[in-house]
Amino acid sequence: MTSTILRLPRFTGRLILGFLAQFGRISLLVVELVRGLSEVRIWVPRTFTEAATVGAGSLPIVLVIAMFAGVTTAFQAGYQWQSNLPVYILGTLIVETIVLELGPVLIGLVLAGRIGARYAAELGTMRVTEQIDALESLGRSPASHLIIPRVLAATLMLPVLVIIADVVAIVAGLVSVKQVLPVTDADFAYGAKAYWKPFDAYYSLIKATSFGFAIGLISCFMGFNTKQGAEGVGKATTAAIVSSSVVILLLNALLAKLLVST
Amino acid sequence: MIELRGVRKRFGEQVVLDGVDFEVREGETLALLGPSGTGKSVLLKHINGLIRPDSGRVIVDGLEVATLPRKALSELRTRIGYVFQNGALFDSLSVFENVRLGLSDESKFNDLEYAERRVGECLKLVNLAPDTARKFPAQLSGGMRKRVGIARAIAGAPKYLLYDEPTSGLDPVNADIVDELVKRLDQELGVTSIMVTHDVRGAFNVADRIALLSDGKIVLQGTPDEFRESEDPKVKAFLERDFEDSFAA
Repeated sequence: MTSTILRLPRFTGRLILGFLAQFGRISLLVVELVRGLSEVRIWVPRTFTEAATVGAGSLPIVLVIAMFAGVTTAFQAGYQWQSNLPVYILGTLIVETIVLELGPVLIGLVLAGRIGARYAAELGTMRVTEQIDALESLGRSPASHLIIPRVLAATLMLPVLVIIADVVAIVAGLVSVKQVLPVTDADFAYGAKAYWKPFDAYYSLIKATSFGFAIGLISCFMGFNTKQGAEGVGKATTAAIVSSSVVILLLNALLAKLLVST
Repeated sequence: MIELRGVRKRFGEQVVLDGVDFEVREGETLALLGPSGTGKSVLLKHINGLIRPDSGRVIVDGLEVATLPRKALSELRTRIGYVFQNGALFDSLSVFENVRLGLSDESKFNDLEYAERRVGECLKLVNLAPDTARKFPAQLSGGMRKRVGIARAIAGAPKYLLYDEPTSGLDPVNADIVDELVKRLDQELGVTSIMVTHDVRGAFNVADRIALLSDGKIVLQGTPDEFRESEDPKVKAFLERDFEDSFAA
């Protein structure tokens, strides 16, 4: 009976301790990253290489997703449009939906899978095959050689990919909406400009940058702390994708509240 | 000189090292023997600070490794070459880039002409052909990977060399080649070495002194002759069992 009563507080305590331990470990990693920033000659060239790999490798999937997001948004906007509304409003709806929400969040979630899995699996494999130990034993910092370039590459490339995705999705939206409703290019452009604020673009890029940083940091953290062989690499990869996705959704809500909530 | 004084280490409930004491003198080669899973590799990782002891002291060149600041630890590590059990080669880098990473001096690392010359020298020292430099770890045999691991460890001209099971997973012929290589490098480079192994024959062939780790403690350390003549039941049991394994192989 007593053990049943104690089970819930024990479980809660373990959960809180686990969370605090994880928070402590990720804070230590951030400290290591800040220290590693002084080794500019090490991480700068590796960041460019990593950014090129991440950017070029992610481009095809980003283009496909952006195109379908634009097409779907246009068809659904067309479905919701009523004849008493001006047609230019479709331009507003499609552009704002894509720039403010669909572009950064969809691309963020997909890249949490693509980049997150890659980083966690790479670093996890390096951990279980002692490659990270080998790097340390050579007097070299894993932070400046492995983690800073990956975190920075994700942070820098996500906004670039989101800009590309936004443009492709808007063009796809324009082409698609013209198939279902009598909208001209001028109507669409007028609607897009009518409610457009420069802050909308900044907001989209702030979201993309913070999502990129979260994906890079969380995935590297999971991979770097991998234990127990191949099974551990699998667990780290799954944890990286799930945690990055959840954090993206949390950040999305938090940034909406902080930056655009009235 | 490397000294370990009362080093204890546990992982969860499992006590791995339970008050280990030993020292390695300048220029000597010490073989650390012990059955698999007794913490030999854990002990080796204490020496270059990859693992910190729960208590006790690990002292290298008068410096206590566990309390060294980050920069001093990195500097100390450049004086300690570490050969990992499975090579631990960076699989996305060529052999050249792997060995080049062993150049601890950043200016030498960035001097491509010097790096090419030094990598070539190191590959020659471990009996590998110059064209091995262009290959990737996945294209190498187990024995070659071990030798590239040794080449990387010696590239920075370290004062100490730590070998973690350099012959494990190799057939007897390749194991003998690696043993001879270790012996030759220790003589030619004048380094102080610790070789972790459970291969008694190799240890007797290579080492100036031998230490046996069992149940988290050093049971005996002495010359190969002192080892052979020891009446300690743990030493006798280990030697008899391992010689039988050697003959079976």
